[in-house]
Amino acid sequence: MINVKNISKTFMVPHRVDALVDVSENIARGEVVVVIGPSGSGKSTFLRCLNRLETADKGKILIDGVDILHPKTDINKVRAEVGMVFQSFNLFPHKTVKNNVNLAQNVVRKRSSKEAEEITMALLDKVGIADKKNVYPDQLSGGQQQRVAIARALAMNPKAMLFDEPTSALDPEMIGEVLEVMKTLAKEGMTMAVVTHEMGFAREVADRVIFMDAGKIVEEGTPEHFFTNPSHDRTKLFLKQIL
Amino acid sequence: MESTSSLLQKQQKRSYYMWVVVFFLVIFTCLGSLYYCTLKIDYTWRWYRVPQYFFFNEEIEVRTDVAGSVEAIEETTDGTIIRINSDDGDSVDYAYPSKDVRLYEGDTVFEGDVLGSYREWRMGILLQGLWLTLKVSFIAIIFGIFLGLGAGLARISSNPAFKWLSITYIELVRGSPLLVQIFIWYFVLGTLVNTMLAQYGVSQIPPLWFGVASLATFTGAYVAEIVRSGIQSIHKGQTEASRSLGMTYTQSMYHVILPQAFIRIIPPLAGQFISLIKDSSLLGIIAIRELTKATREVVTTSLQPFELWFVCAILYLVLTFALSMLLQYLEKRMIHS
Ligand SMILES: Nc1ncnc2c1ncn2[C@@H]1O[C@H](COP(=O)(O)OP(=O)(O)OP(=O)(O)O)[C@@H](O)[C@H]1O
Ligand SMILES: [Mg+2]
Repeated sequence: MINVKNISKTFMVPHRVDALVDVSENIARGEVVVVIGPSGSGKSTFLRCLNRLETADKGKILIDGVDILHPKTDINKVRAEVGMVFQSFNLFPHKTVKNNVNLAQNVVRKRSSKEAEEITMALLDKVGIADKKNVYPDQLSGGQQQRVAIARALAMNPKAMLFDEPTSALDPEMIGEVLEVMKTLAKEGMTMAVVTHEMGFAREVADRVIFMDAGKIVEEGTPEHFFTNPSHDRTKLFLKQIL
Repeated sequence: MESTSSLLQKQQKRSYYMWVVVFFLVIFTCLGSLYYCTLKIDYTWRWYRVPQYFFFNEEIEVRTDVAGSVEAIEETTDGTIIRINSDDGDSVDYAYPSKDVRLYEGDTVFEGDVLGSYREWRMGILLQGLWLTLKVSFIAIIFGIFLGLGAGLARISSNPAFKWLSITYIELVRGSPLLVQIFIWYFVLGTLVNTMLAQYGVSQIPPLWFGVASLATFTGAYVAEIVRSGIQSIHKGQTEASRSLGMTYTQSMYHVILPQAFIRIIPPLAGQFISLIKDSSLLGIIAIRELTKATREVVTTSLQPFELWFVCAILYLVLTFALSMLLQYLEKRMIHS
């Protein structure tokens, strides 16, 4: 589903940072991969390269067989197939919940208003927020906003979902409701790449855990492997710090 | 026994009212000393002379263009119709809205003779100037918005041609005085265009349009900067969210970024448009009789400079105040919708 081959990404501004160094990774259809690692290790950059919000300098990325770094690729088509959920929700503040979910269905998928509306309501129901459909995002709690953001991404019928620390900006009591939605998605067989510090989620839901440090994948394996006997010293140190 | 806190409140109130009194004192002292000085130099205020420059009642004489004899004079409910039998044998009707008739049936008339007269309200020169200022500003604002939007979007584009063209335009306009730009539009570009048009036998473009063009390009550059900073003030996450859903750059701009940016740029735009209305007073130098030039002309004929310049200033104030009210209303409506 997602095949990453030897990608590197270096930021030059404000100063040189090698955010990704020769990273390779394959994520199979229906697989849930959790990415962990210290701050600045390149987790977000890795995720953002997968839908070309950042363009990798080197290497090759195939999404469902499409080479997204090829100049002839219509990146908007690929992005519509890969949903993304951000740490800061990024809902459109000038649109109601319903219209947040409707918008891209209308302009990208060219669905009729009626069809979009039906899909929107089904998804809002699924994330448990249908009663707030006519409310503006600033009247919602963080957890509610993030659930709308998930619904908004799902409305495109994506083949894969990328989550960049979806619960890091939430008050502790709201983390559960968002993780619950993500768990449901995972059970339904969605291909997911999740950057998170929620080790409980990783343990319970992940098929595979990836540990990144300094732009490299240091270690990967099943959750059992990670949380019982990680092999690298850096992994051990990191897990000791956060657990 | 009063509590100390209520004593404090009382004292604060007293000092507040004292400063209100100071405010009015300062205002009245200014006005009073102005009036006193005008008395000292024997200036006579004649406010009653001002209204005629807004509206005046003109007597208009109706004259015949043919020679002949008056065949009939007919009084109708709303005026008079005079039929003249011309020497060529045609009969010509003259109708006007009054009962004032200067001749009798059967009289012989020559070309240009006065048949009668009526009175009509006419727009005075100040009102004409005000109207022209309003018109020029309105057209310049409309063009300025489109120019500014285009240049602002080009300014943040990654296409070097668009970006550099926009930077060149903005810097050129912002770096030179408007007065000089008006001269360039009128004496350089205007001469070029009109001379070329004359060579092809096409009619000339009047100065008004070069004036409007100078104001529009001037405002456009400032609007471009306002648009640019408005767009850049929208959080990067908005673009990322919309693009990650598969929207194109244009779709994301149109549906997500610009609607949010517009609400933020309305207040600085209002300031810019108010400046534009005031700057339109410079157009007098290229023979456009807007409000300031109209006032200057009236002053030279009426010799009442004090009243007229105050009136002129107040008229500008009315225009700018109305505009800022309108934009405030727009802003509120956009926020609520
Ligand atoms: N747009 C950018 N411009 C310049 N440097 C960047 C940019 N994005 C990321 N970086 C740098 O690249 C490195 C990796 O950043 P990244 O955001 O991928 O880390 P992360 O693992 O997601 O960290 P965190 O846990 O703090 O989110 C960091 O040193 C960061 O400063
Ligand atoms: Mg990150």
